Amino acid sequence: MTQPSKSLRFLCPNGHLGFAPLKTGSFYRGLEAHPDFIVADSGSNDIGPIPLGSDTSTSPEEWQYHDLEQMLLAARKLGVPMIIGSAGDTGTNSRVDMFVRMIQEIAHKHRLPRFKVGYFYSEVSKDYLREKMRSGERIMGLDGRPDLSLAELEATDRIVAVAGVHPYIRLLDMGAEVIIGGRSSDSVIFAAPAIRAGFPEGLAYYLGKVLECASFNAEPFMGKESVVGEISLEDVRVTAMHPEQRCTVASVAGHAMYERSNPFYEHVLGGTLDMSHCCYEQWDDRTTRVTGPVFRPSPEWRVKLEGAGKVGERYVGIVGIRDPYTIAHIDQVIGWAREQVRERFGDEGYELHYQLYGKNGVMGELEPSRHTPHELGVVVYGVAPTAEMAREVCMIGSRQMFYARLPEVKGTAGGVAFALDEVLPASPAYRWTLNHTVRIDDPLELFPTALTEAGV
Amino acid sequence: MTRSVPLSQLAKTIRSKNAGVDKITFDIIFPDRESYERVKKSGVLNRAFVARLYGIPESRISDFVEFDPAMAIKFTIYRLKPSGSPGDTDIFGSQQYAPLLDVQIPLDN
Repeated sequence: MTQPSKSLRFLCPNGHLGFAPLKTGSFYRGLEAHPDFIVADSGSNDIGPIPLGSDTSTSPEEWQYHDLEQMLLAARKLGVPMIIGSAGDTGTNSRVDMFVRMIQEIAHKHRLPRFKVGYFYSEVSKDYLREKMRSGERIMGLDGRPDLSLAELEATDRIVAVAGVHPYIRLLDMGAEVIIGGRSSDSVIFAAPAIRAGFPEGLAYYLGKVLECASFNAEPFMGKESVVGEISLEDVRVTAMHPEQRCTVASVAGHAMYERSNPFYEHVLGGTLDMSHCCYEQWDDRTTRVTGPVFRPSPEWRVKLEGAGKVGERYVGIVGIRDPYTIAHIDQVIGWAREQVRERFGDEGYELHYQLYGKNGVMGELEPSRHTPHELGVVVYGVAPTAEMAREVCMIGSRQMFYARLPEVKGTAGGVAFALDEVLPASPAYRWTLNHTVRIDDPLELFPTALTEAGV
Repeated sequence: MTRSVPLSQLAKTIRSKNAGVDKITFDIIFPDRESYERVKKSGVLNRAFVARLYGIPESRISDFVEFDPAMAIKFTIYRLKPSGSPGDTDIFGSQQYAPLLDVQIPLDN
């Protein structure tokens, strides 16, 4: 490969495109730095399992459209590639299609001259994994999970594999000027063009790691502001674009640990970024320079899988308690209500959860405080296969708190307070069923690429 | 008598957040070398202390790291159930740091 003759600049305006709109002031300032690429990640699994399981976005379409429009108009004007990873929060096929459609609508609306749009999918079928398991392949659990069982696979509604740099490089080779990616590691959408241009992999993945959340790598804390990263053969330099933000040694190093269990290592398809020997220097007032990241290729291709499965339909009830005697005996009150649900529906086939705001509603089993509150807010969740049953589970679980039989309670006209004499439908409950890896033969195996056009 | 100050007076950032779907990670970031070194040297924060504070076995702590370049102490714990499952109380894991605020750091020289 030929050595790159000049450094490359990357502008990142948003760390989770669509979740909240990018701020245009610092984005326009970033454009004045003449970026070679405009890049943003749009995915997160922070948002819980519902969007993946139900194949929806948690981000409103207006905000997704807003950011895509801002980025596309700028990229076409400068004549530089625009790259989006993990389209529409989850990177499922329907989200990729939706973003491609938005790009085409925006191009049409602004009468942009014709350009090539590359995209790839990341969804994995249950049949594919079943076949792998049948052939003796282990679907290995991450973060302490056991290997995938057939039962867990059957309980899953949708699975995405997490792509590396490979489909992005392929699409750039195919001439794509805009890329809409399926589910991908955040860092690879920046690393791919840099690796393709011949920069060292360690610096390229680090560039992605430091830019992926945009202004979260700068101080003071601001979201959705733009940052610019520049990669050379020796270093990565990252600069805040908001006039009141700076990329400092502490803020940039601090970002390496954000949302990661360990600040030194970042795993992607094909290897691990080792940041343990990174050296951070203040380059100028707003810029930090980083040297020393190393990429360690893995001996085999193991791709990460994310999967979500539906648990059931869900209803929510809200109950208040003020009587100190009742508060002191809340476990008995809940025990009574649970028993009434059990009499109606038996021991299994539904879930009933009580969240006790005022006691441990936020921290649950991790709450160390034993402080006795003067009032309690109880949120009751009923989850069951049908909406009718979930409603009744929740209704019994809430209303029977009113009738709890406490031997020494003074108030005998109702043991709890209802702000609403009803239970409310919530979105169905899902859970993360897959956080695993599977071995593949080729890093493009699960990520089919395609090219289309947009503009007039 | 040993004088002490709460961790919240020495750190500039104390936060918690999901690290993937099965873990929550905690960051304690200091504004200067002096505060960072003081807390490190105090020896108060370690795996055993965190386990006691949160009432969990040490086996639920996956990582405990002193991260010099960022002047930060960081640890990560396994969730009992993945984020957003029915019964989970904090989908983002973003409000689990509160017990750290009042951890007392002795001021002995």
